[in-house]
Amino acid sequence: MSSSHTDLSKRHSEKPVFSAEKMAEVQVLFAQYPEGKSKSALIRVLHMAEEEFGGWLSIETMDYVAEVFNIQPIEVYEVATFYTMFNLEPTGKYVFEVCRTGPCMLLGSDSIIDYIGTKLDIKVGETSADGMFTLKTSECLGACGYAPMLQCGKKYHEHLTKERVDEIITAYRAGQTPN
Amino acid sequence: MGRRLLLEHDNVAGIETFDVYRKNGGYRSVEKALKSMSPELVLEEVQKSGLRGRGGAGFPTGMKWSFLAKPEGVPRYLLCNADESEPGTFKDRYLMEKIPHLLIEGMIVSSFALGANQSYIYIRGEYMWILDILEKAIAEAYEKGFLGKNILGSGFDHDLSVAPGGGAYICGEETALIESLEGKRGNPRMKPPFPAVKGLYGCPTVVNNVESIAAVVPIINDGGEEYAKIGLGKSTGTKLISACGNLVRPGVYEIEMGITVEEFIYGDDYCRGIANGKKLKACVPGGSSVPILPHYLVTKTAAGEDRLMTYESLADGGFASGSMLGSGGFIVFDEDQCIVRNTWNFARFYAHESCGQCSPCREGTGWMEKVLNRLEHGQGNMRDIDLLAEINKKIEGNTICPLGDAAAWPVAAAIRHFRDEFEWHVNEREESQKRNYGLIREPQSIA
Ligand SMILES: Cc1cc2nc3c(=O)[nH]c(=O)nc-3n(C[C@H](O)[C@H](O)[C@H](O)COP(=O)(O)O)c2cc1C
Ligand code: SF4
Ligand code: FES
Repeated sequence: MSSSHTDLSKRHSEKPVFSAEKMAEVQVLFAQYPEGKSKSALIRVLHMAEEEFGGWLSIETMDYVAEVFNIQPIEVYEVATFYTMFNLEPTGKYVFEVCRTGPCMLLGSDSIIDYIGTKLDIKVGETSADGMFTLKTSECLGACGYAPMLQCGKKYHEHLTKERVDEIITAYRAGQTPN
Repeated sequence: MGRRLLLEHDNVAGIETFDVYRKNGGYRSVEKALKSMSPELVLEEVQKSGLRGRGGAGFPTGMKWSFLAKPEGVPRYLLCNADESEPGTFKDRYLMEKIPHLLIEGMIVSSFALGANQSYIYIRGEYMWILDILEKAIAEAYEKGFLGKNILGSGFDHDLSVAPGGGAYICGEETALIESLEGKRGNPRMKPPFPAVKGLYGCPTVVNNVESIAAVVPIINDGGEEYAKIGLGKSTGTKLISACGNLVRPGVYEIEMGITVEEFIYGDDYCRGIANGKKLKACVPGGSSVPILPHYLVTKTAAGEDRLMTYESLADGGFASGSMLGSGGFIVFDEDQCIVRNTWNFARFYAHESCGQCSPCREGTGWMEKVLNRLEHGQGNMRDIDLLAEINKKIEGNTICPLGDAAAWPVAAAIRHFRDEFEWHVNEREESQKRNYGLIREPQSIA
């Protein structure tokens, strides 16, 4: 099952609220669905909320999203815990999701995962001491022909080698998005 | 190189924009269908084409459409399945990224045939940047009057939008996709009722793969009969194959169905052989859910005939000596790969992705993962190999959705063809941690 055990005691200190601009985006999404079916936009809005409120979904964030949809908080928790993309705990500034599935493994994803771990001195699931990077593994991301690969935010980094990993980390550290 | 119907223009600069796409013949099928055809006629052409679903199951698209219930006054929906999460599969991504308007064009014509005034593209959440590409293209299509009210003055209204998932392989299963699109957990529904009768919001719904919907465009442009002339027997048309693993040139290829597997793996127009001068050990020709084939059954069938890239030929020999075309996720293993390790890796994938609703799948996939993990790490015993077969039987056919079977069958196939290698992991525990087993010998006679 894809739901994860989570320390739900971690909290946001302030109540998260969408800006007027974001709220307008939400309204556009609601309008894509028939009358009374706006809950269909829930996953999309959770992605937005995660981006807006620190890269993860706290209880406060989920409760706020429930308010926006006018649904019970449990309906939001159910969804947030089912889908693996949602972070239910704070993460580093950049999250590396390295694909570990068969086709990537054939081309050396295991050693890429080890290499990143050693370089950042963290294990899978952990965040580097400077708070910059979290290392995670993921299942097939649809890049099998360009393996090994990792996803960071919206970006896919493919054809990874140790040298490429070095470049990517250096660029993110310098505040640039590596291509 | 054979004919290309979908990716003909994939390398034209700017093809992702409306104007360039249109200049290259784009949206002709919308003009033709909406101005000169009835929805019934469009359906007829799709039926004549022999197009079969490109998402994995290969169900005839025209037949699926003909099952759609049409009660008075109830909306109908077309959903495009862009969840693409089957390991080894990355063809839909390529199509959407390169030629987003082809999918949009297909959505409009298909929706016209089905009488759907609203349709959605459900895309896996990790493809968020492709969602951006699609939304940009959709906005252009609205602007040019190909979406929205009274398209091209035909009286047909159509709205199209995109919805992302959140990371869950199971949402590629059509009823889980529908649940997810309703803003819920992706738990597959019991069938019946089928989506054709009760789907999204309880309304009649068709779910089709990206490539199936895109294929409707050339079918309407050239006619179903012309389309059916390409390919072989009941495998009509072209198919996108995403090739990966130990190949010289992995990538997405549009093939005419009927070329040989030999040509696909070794031919200059395609994958150009096994990387680093190695030998072929095995192949999973249709995504992680289909049976693995040992090298001696990849390019030839058990009967010694050439294996072809068609639904029928890849399945030749049934589960005893065949596999399936599936989603077209073509995974190639060289002689250095460990079958036990790969089987364990895939089992872990299914255990991770089981939605957990049915005990045989939830527990069974977890068990298989544990047992295979033991074997792979030199801690297994002979009974484990039979235990896997037993677990398999408990899952097979006892679950709400086919994920259970998809998890069980590949394990069964791996043991069937590579039993020696599994046993070696038990008999030579230490050795198996140091080196790989290598190629297996071709049996003297194949059942
Ligand atoms: C576990 C599971 C995962 C699936 N994943 C996908 C997928 O990612 N994309 C897809 O098109 N079909 C997928 N399918 C098949 C769909 O349920 C459905 O058959 C397909 O979308 C129908 O479209 P088609 O007839 O055009 O192939 C999956 C099925 C199962 C059981
Ligand atoms: S077979 Fe597995 S994935 Fe499918 S509904 Fe049952 S538990 Fe969920
Ligand atoms: S296996 Fe890594 S992207 Fe598919």
